[in-house]
Amino acid sequence: MVSAKKILTLFKKDLLLEVRQQYTFYGIVLYIACTVYILFLAISEPDASVWNALFWVNMLFISINAVAKSFLQESRGRMLYYYTIASPQEFILAKLFYNVLLMLVMSLLSLITFSFFLGSPFVNAPQYIGITLLGGISMSLVFTLLAAIASRANQNAAIMVIMGFPVIIPQLLLLIRISKAAFGEVFKDGAFLQMTFLLGGLDILVLALCMILFPFLWKD
Amino acid sequence: MHKSWWKIAAVILLVYTIVGGFLMDVPRLFILNESIRNLYFHVSMWFTMMILFAVSLVYSIKYLRSQNHKHDIYASAYAGTGTFMGLLGYATGAIWASYTWVTDQGQSLSTILKEPKLLGAGIAILIYCAYFVLRGSFNDIDKRARVTAVYNVFAFAMLFPTIWIIPRLVGSLHPGAPGSESGNPALNFNDIDSRLRMVFYPAVLGWTLLGVWITTLKIRTKLLAEKSLL
Repeated sequence: MVSAKKILTLFKKDLLLEVRQQYTFYGIVLYIACTVYILFLAISEPDASVWNALFWVNMLFISINAVAKSFLQESRGRMLYYYTIASPQEFILAKLFYNVLLMLVMSLLSLITFSFFLGSPFVNAPQYIGITLLGGISMSLVFTLLAAIASRANQNAAIMVIMGFPVIIPQLLLLIRISKAAFGEVFKDGAFLQMTFLLGGLDILVLALCMILFPFLWKD
Repeated sequence: MHKSWWKIAAVILLVYTIVGGFLMDVPRLFILNESIRNLYFHVSMWFTMMILFAVSLVYSIKYLRSQNHKHDIYASAYAGTGTFMGLLGYATGAIWASYTWVTDQGQSLSTILKEPKLLGAGIAILIYCAYFVLRGSFNDIDKRARVTAVYNVFAFAMLFPTIWIIPRLVGSLHPGAPGSESGNPALNFNDIDSRLRMVFYPAVLGWTLLGVWITTLKIRTKLLAEKSLL
């Protein structure tokens, strides 16, 4: 019953909206630039652990800012319209894909600005890029579901942050842990892969939960 | 709800836990010594918490299937008692850690508390605190019930990796983690002594029954308060 064509159309609609109203996109880009520039003014060449900590804090706030918009911009009437033309699974999948794409772009962008202004202390750069992308995907998935929940509550942003922080910490813990591998820390045999698979598994879990739970949020 | 035998059983089991737990013989291991008696309180709190959260999850799913308002009251009451038990578990654990994990090199307790397992436990409690904040943010009862039920399912799913998987992967001082042989042999026993088992299992049962008892009382007052709505 989930048709790929409808998902693609909804996905395209989000993308088109982004291209037409560029203020959200540039808003986030400016957010990244400001954060990094302030950090650059405060500390010029942080060592690896500080760099890592700052980077993940930055990623967390970017993902909240980027993903929260996806449901905030939908008015009540428009949601009703989507309700008549698509199934909830199609709608949430389109949103998920779009947010994942947006976060991938934002992650790469912040990684580039970070390494430009604050130096790049990693030993294994491709590995760190991979971890960043994985982190971007994980965060966008979790925050999409939370944004959907928060959009049902009246005070959107505050509720999303309150719900989001405890839920995202386990994943951040894992991400910070595995990103140390790119700084040259040696892991026990298999520990790195195990944690990476766990992160992937969590992503799949969140995806499945989105598919199961979103229909209940959708009908009003 | 009107049967009383399990309440009597809860009282008897808890009296046995407290009397037996403090007076019966326990194995005395290096560092751990008599503090192993905390096992009857600390570990059973977490057992109770997990059971109550699981019951809360079941009622949330039931609510989503039936839209029966009673199930929402049940789910929130079980989550509330579960969170309370979690806080007690954290407190008893912190006391225990302050006697067994702090070495004589002048560490502060806060360095000890920065532990994957304890972080996980703290996050678990925060996740459920967020559940209650979310509940408070709605005026519409039906909407509140539906959205919080969704969040409850999600919260339980995230709770599992937080408490059970991540501490085992990143390594922890807490028993049950690989690599816990980091300078503390006392915590490395995998098997529980039969003398401990004599009190431990009744303790788990007793505390769980007490948790359910508290919850049923809360549910009954809530049902009476919202009689006009049901």
